[in-house]
Amino acid sequence: MRATSRAFKENVRHALADDNLQAAMAMLREGFPGRRANAVARLPEFEALRNEGAAIKDHVLENLDFYLERFEHNAVAAGGHVHWCRTSDEACAAVLAICRALGAKTATKGKSMIGEEIAINDYLEANGVTPIETDLGEYIVQIRHEPPSHIIAPAIHLLKEQVADSFRATHTHLDPARPLDEARQMCDEARQILRQKFLAADVGITGANFLVAETGSSIIVTNEGNGDLTQTLPKAHIVLASLEKLVPTLEDATTLLRLLARSSTGQEFSTYTTISTGPRRPEDDDGPAEYHVVLVDNGRSDLLGGEFREMLRCIRCAACINHCPVYGAVGGHSYGWVYPGPMGAVLTPTLIGIAEAGHLPNASTFCGRCESVCPVKIPLPKLMRHWREREFAQKLNPAPARWALAAWAFLALRPALYRRAAASAARLLGALGRRRGRFRTLPLAGGWTDVRDLPAPEGRSFMSLWAEREKRR
Amino acid sequence: MLDQPIRVGLFVTCLVDLFRPSVGFAAVKLLEAAGCTVSVPLAQTCCGQPAYNSGDKSAAKAVARQVIAAFQERDYVVTPSGSCGGMIKLHYPELFADEPEMRRQAQLLADKTYELVSFLADVREVERVAARYDGVATYHDSCSGLRELGIKEAPRRLLASVAGLTLKEMARPEMCCGFGGAFCVKYPEISDKMVTDKTADIATTGADTLLAGDLGCLLNMAGKLARRGLPIRARHVAEVLADMTESAPPIGAPAAEA
Repeated sequence: MRATSRAFKENVRHALADDNLQAAMAMLREGFPGRRANAVARLPEFEALRNEGAAIKDHVLENLDFYLERFEHNAVAAGGHVHWCRTSDEACAAVLAICRALGAKTATKGKSMIGEEIAINDYLEANGVTPIETDLGEYIVQIRHEPPSHIIAPAIHLLKEQVADSFRATHTHLDPARPLDEARQMCDEARQILRQKFLAADVGITGANFLVAETGSSIIVTNEGNGDLTQTLPKAHIVLASLEKLVPTLEDATTLLRLLARSSTGQEFSTYTTISTGPRRPEDDDGPAEYHVVLVDNGRSDLLGGEFREMLRCIRCAACINHCPVYGAVGGHSYGWVYPGPMGAVLTPTLIGIAEAGHLPNASTFCGRCESVCPVKIPLPKLMRHWREREFAQKLNPAPARWALAAWAFLALRPALYRRAAASAARLLGALGRRRGRFRTLPLAGGWTDVRDLPAPEGRSFMSLWAEREKRR
Repeated sequence: MLDQPIRVGLFVTCLVDLFRPSVGFAAVKLLEAAGCTVSVPLAQTCCGQPAYNSGDKSAAKAVARQVIAAFQERDYVVTPSGSCGGMIKLHYPELFADEPEMRRQAQLLADKTYELVSFLADVREVERVAARYDGVATYHDSCSGLRELGIKEAPRRLLASVAGLTLKEMARPEMCCGFGGAFCVKYPEISDKMVTDKTADIATTGADTLLAGDLGCLLNMAGKLARRGLPIRARHVAEVLADMTESAPPIGAPAAEA
């Protein structure tokens, strides 16, 4: 997808003026955090589990080469194929080659963020394979020709009335007078349409929540069961997964699964948790004839040795997104690329560059809510700050901001001069603002006073008053 | 040991110094009442967050060195801000991760640094204050104090002892107000949305007073309350706890209202 992260501020203005989006975001802000809090409250060992989850991921990252090879060995032993891809281009080509070998015309898809990252849909479409999203939210954004706005709830930016309109505009073969007022009715309609697609698809593509090294298995969780139909019915199941999805054992996977659903939707467990190991065996009732895992690096191994390494612990639960006041205000599309919210503010610059995505790690108050809910304790504010450090070092932030900072530092490091400057500023602003107690406008302070008043200083600096008090003693 | 005065160095914070010295004097009064001898090192300006959060690590380090040197001699460093307290307590040691000697000194300072209200309640074990405030207040949990320093109960516990004061919780007291230092002027539209929601939550409580422990958040919220014409008085929690609300008008209010 074409990044619009550079236009973040413009995206934000549109988002804040979009009443439908604001209504949808108000529901998100109310919904997810409360459900997560309830789920966490019901599990006394949740804190301990977070530490365990982080430790599992750290251990994998420490020994990634070992577990990758072990995974490949066991996946192949189970009859699967593993495709190693350095870049998104290589990953797209690998998927297409599998489709071509089977003469595939259509591919059903489970929701996959790595699929969004490598833009597999556009690539397949351009090469004669029609991708069909089968997750309801993902299907909705596909028929609207929009990118997902959230990593687990792709259509969270829409109200159900907008979805009904899109269904009527797309499913033109159905009775125009049919009722589409309830989510249930839209769900039934999508199911009816997708059922035929599932049966006709030649290839099924899913992501993976985890890859298990000890068994060579992939694991996906869904609430709609679409993942199972996607991977079971066609001739081939293709798993798209980035390197950091690895865990050593099934037990490690279950530890992380206990964190995942609680953190994301507030469920104890997702409705469907499906473990796939190799293709259909002779004794199996169903399953794909081929099982492929497309392992995508796309920049992950560059992160391993550096200051963003902790980001590779991410299990894509979206808790940081659901709790982010900035995301809650502006929605996912404002971020301008695949990954929104705090996790996107850290990850996106690694993938499309800090010059393009510079706004993302800056558009944070560092309120810390993201870090406080992260199931694998990723220090998201710290990682966003690392991006700001890189920007500053590369002089990518605006020149006036750098000048202001330099002037501030000059004063801050000269306490005597600073005291005089602060005392004068307090006197001047205090005298000017005394009558009203606040400023409605102030030169050079438009960023502040455009949206709120600036309370006026009392008129004397603390340090000057304190010096007087000390003298009197 | 019991008779030894406890030497507290007050880290005033740049915002209190410039905007609201009353908060500094309220802190001094509270600390003295809690048996501390308060001094104010001259070589303090700011904790360094403007540089640190803008990616200028070397300026942040230079300011941190200055603070570390200025407060070396004190038993405790106390500051009427969770944000500056968090900076010193958590981020100073991080800043010097690669310089063992400075890191050691930063950690020494971090270990004895406290946000004012949590210092009173948790270290000095103050259970009640001699203060009166007639009104209904709602308390906003500033992000750094809450999530970096774990301050939640201390201000509520002490406020509960203020005569005449009723505390009424807002719907989402832990939600960021949208200040975020430079964030509020770099992204004013987003900040506006956040502080609009925050002031709506505040107004819904019916409280006549807004209290918080960080002046940055208070300037933001008071400024928005004023812009929206909501007649709610904003004050730093220390002013109420120190019984010093007579000595200055509410934040953003004209002098006559004092």
